[in-house]
Amino acid sequence: MITPEQLRLRLINQLQALHVQVEDESHRHAGHRRDPLGAGGHYRVEIVSPLFVGKTTLQQHRLVYEALAEQMGSSIHALALQTYSPEQWTGSGSLPSSASIELEATTD
Amino acid sequence: MLDPLLEEKIRDQIRANKVLIYMKGTPEMPQCGFSYATVRVFDSLGFPYAAVNVLEDPEIRQGIKEFSNWPTIPQVYIDGEFVGGCDIVQEMHSRNELRPLLEAAFAGTAVQS
Repeated sequence: MITPEQLRLRLINQLQALHVQVEDESHRHAGHRRDPLGAGGHYRVEIVSPLFVGKTTLQQHRLVYEALAEQMGSSIHALALQTYSPEQWTGSGSLPSSASIELEATTD
Repeated sequence: MLDPLLEEKIRDQIRANKVLIYMKGTPEMPQCGFSYATVRVFDSLGFPYAAVNVLEDPEIRQGIKEFSNWPTIPQVYIDGEFVGGCDIVQEMHSRNELRPLLEAAFAGTAVQS
């Protein structure tokens, strides 16, 4: 299994993400028919990354899937994605500098 | 590597349908919330679409992920082009980008829905 925090740190490291929010929605699917190919979790993820600049949503999602290639289909069963370049980001709060994020990611 | 016969089968499916949705279950009885949300978007737009129930075909279920280089189901093809999964379809719909794509795909053909 992967914890939401592990997922968050992986995305920060792999995608140089400036903001990652992970919601574990597995509990909402607790009663849903077991899938023999993957008993992993359901996650909803919001990511802001400079690597997304100039890319279509399709390309942005591909980057996320590539970063999580090992987890997709095993520890991750479903992933709802909201991807933004820093310019596209309209969420609340300002984005931290990449330096402070890096520090946060390496303290684990 | 994707089996060449399977790859050809997928290619034929995509070629034969202006809009094709690979999904879990059927449009009438989706077996997954993401597939459900995807077909509802297309239902609301009123253009005809075809669907492949990957739960009935384990080969396609795995093969389409390799074919599209996309690890999740549902997957949507419009006019032979991979469009994306549930999130992208919903996002495009909310930005009113899906209807023009469908109109272009069906341009010159009589649409009955």
